[in-house]
Amino acid sequence: MEYFLIIISAIFVNNIVLTQFLGICPFLGVSGKVNTAIGMAGAVTFVMAIATLVTYILQWYVLVPLHIEFMQTLMFILVIAGLVQMVEIILKKVSPSLYQALGIFLPLITTNCAVLGVAIMVVTKEFTFGETSQMLNMGQSVVYAVSSAIGFGLALVLFAGIREQLDLSDVPHDFKGVPIALVTAGILAMAFMGFSGMV
Amino acid sequence: MAKKSTFGNMVLVLTLICLVSSAILGVVYGLTKGPIEAAETAKINASIQEVVPAFDNQPSKEIFKVQLNGEDSITVYPAKKDGQIIAYAIQSKTTKGYSGLITLMVGVTADGIIYNTAVVQHAETPGLGARITDRPGFADQFDKTNIAKSVYKVTKDGGQIDAISASTISSRAYCDAVNTAGKIFKKIKENQEK
Amino acid sequence: MGKLKIITKGLIQENPTFVLVLGMCPTLGTTTSAINGMGMGLATMFVLILSNFAISLLAKSIPDKVRIPAFIVVIAAFVTVLQLLMQAYVPELYKTLGIFIPLIVVNCIVLGRAESFASKNPPLDSALDGLGIGLGFTLSLTVLGLVREILGAGTFFGMQFLPNGGILAFILAPGAFIVLGYLMVLFNKLKSKMYK
Repeated sequence: MEYFLIIISAIFVNNIVLTQFLGICPFLGVSGKVNTAIGMAGAVTFVMAIATLVTYILQWYVLVPLHIEFMQTLMFILVIAGLVQMVEIILKKVSPSLYQALGIFLPLITTNCAVLGVAIMVVTKEFTFGETSQMLNMGQSVVYAVSSAIGFGLALVLFAGIREQLDLSDVPHDFKGVPIALVTAGILAMAFMGFSGMV
Repeated sequence: MAKKSTFGNMVLVLTLICLVSSAILGVVYGLTKGPIEAAETAKINASIQEVVPAFDNQPSKEIFKVQLNGEDSITVYPAKKDGQIIAYAIQSKTTKGYSGLITLMVGVTADGIIYNTAVVQHAETPGLGARITDRPGFADQFDKTNIAKSVYKVTKDGGQIDAISASTISSRAYCDAVNTAGKIFKKIKENQEK
Repeated sequence: MGKLKIITKGLIQENPTFVLVLGMCPTLGTTTSAINGMGMGLATMFVLILSNFAISLLAKSIPDKVRIPAFIVVIAAFVTVLQLLMQAYVPELYKTLGIFIPLIVVNCIVLGRAESFASKNPPLDSALDGLGIGLGFTLSLTVLGLVREILGAGTFFGMQFLPNGGILAFILAPGAFIVLGYLMVLFNKLKSKMYK
C-alpha cells in the first residue's frame, strides 16, 4: 500500500519539477523536442535510482555509524558524479547514437538538483503514510527515486509537447524564449496543483 | 598551464583535494558542534517556554515518553517549579494535516488546563492552513479549556472550535493533535495513580 | 578589467538569474518572501566568493581531465562549511531554506563561474567576481521574493500592510514561474535601455 502512495505522490501530488522546484535547468533547457525529453528522462531515471540506492547505503551504513554525517554533501555528490561518468562510458559503447543525441546534457545530469535533491530527501525527511510518519526503508527509497524520475519525465515530456506548439505561435517579442516558457510552466504547475490532497 | 593529465597525477591530485577538504570539514565540524547543539536546545526550550508558565528546571533533561496503544510514542517535557511539576509540554503530532505531518507543543498545567499551544513544525498551505498558528484567531480557542474533559472538534463536526475558513482539514488536524495530547495527559495521570 | 567593473557586471549585464538564466531551482524554490530570497542569495554568495578564490589558487595544479570533479569537491567542502555555520548560528533560516542549501553544490552558477572565470583569472579577481555575481543573485532573489510576498501575502519584508492578505497563487508554485517570467522581461528591457 505504501508503495502505491509513494508512487502517486511522487509523480503527481509532489511532482519534483512543478511542485518541489528541482531539475528546473534541464526542464527549461532540454524540453525543446519530445524525443530528446524522453531520452533525458530515461537517463535521469537510471542515474537517480542507482544514486539513491548507493547514497542510502552510504548514509545508514557508513556516515551515521561513524558519526560523520557532515560528510554527506561531499560524498553524495561524488557518488553522483562517478555514476554519471560511468553511465557516459557505458552509453558510448552500448548506444552511441543516444550518446550523441543527449550531447552535453548527459554530464549535466551531475548538476541536476533533482538527483542530489532526491538522494538527500530520502535520508532526511519523514514521509507520511495515512496514520504514521516515518523514514523510508531501502526498497521504498528506490521506489520513491524512480517515481520522482517518472514525474520529472512526465513534466519534461508535457512541456516539450507544449513548447513545440509555442514555437509556432505568435509570441510577443520580449517574451520569446525563456520568459514565455516560464509563464507556461507556471500554468502547468497550476494544473498539477489540482492533484494536491489526493493522498 | 594546468598540470599534465597523467593517470598518476589525476589520482594524486583528486585524492589530495579530497583528503584536505575532509580534514578541513572535520575541524569545522568539531568547532560548530557545540553551538549547533546549543541552538537546538535553545529552540526546544523556547517552544516549551511558549506553552507553559514560568519554570525553573531543565525540561529537556527530564523528558519521558508516553505511548498509546499501537501508536508512536510521544515526548513529554515536564516543567517544574521548586521541585514540583507545574505543567507538561507535550510534543504531540498528527498526520492528518492537509500536507501531512504537523507537530504541536501542547502546554497543560498539572490540573489539566491547556495553558497554550504552539506549532513546532507544519507544511500547510501559506495563507490557508498555515493560519493554524494565528493567535488571536484560531490557536487561542484551545486555551483555558480542560484537556482531560474535552474532545476537540470543529463546529462542522459538532464541536466548539471555529475552523479557519477554507481550511477545515488543517483545523481538524490541529484538533486531532490536541486530542492526542489529551489522551497522553490522561495516561500520565493514570500512571501517577498506580 | 577594473576591479569595480568585475563586481558590478554581475549585477545587471551578467545577472545570473535574468541574463545568464542559471541557478533556477533555488530561485523558484526559496523566493516565497523577500527575506528568504535574500538569505538564499547571501548563502550562495558566501560559497561563490570562497570557491572562486580557492579554485583560482588551485587551478594550475589540477590536471585538466579531472578539473570538474576537483572543482565539485572544493565547492562541496565550502557548502558543508556553510551548512554547519548556518545550523549553529541561524538555525531558523537554515530550516526554512531546507534542501536548497546543500543543493548550492549543484547550483550551475557556482560551478559555471569556477569553470568560466575562476580557473582562468587571478585569485583576487575571482573572489571579486564571486562577490559581484553573488550580489546580482541576491538582488534578483530578493526582488522576486518581494514581488511574490507583496502580491501573495500583502507583506513587505514580513510586515503586513494589506489587511486581507493577497492572491495566494503568487506564493505557491505557479506564482514562482509566472512572476519570474514577467520579471525577466522587465529586467531585460531595463538592461537594454541602460546599455544601448
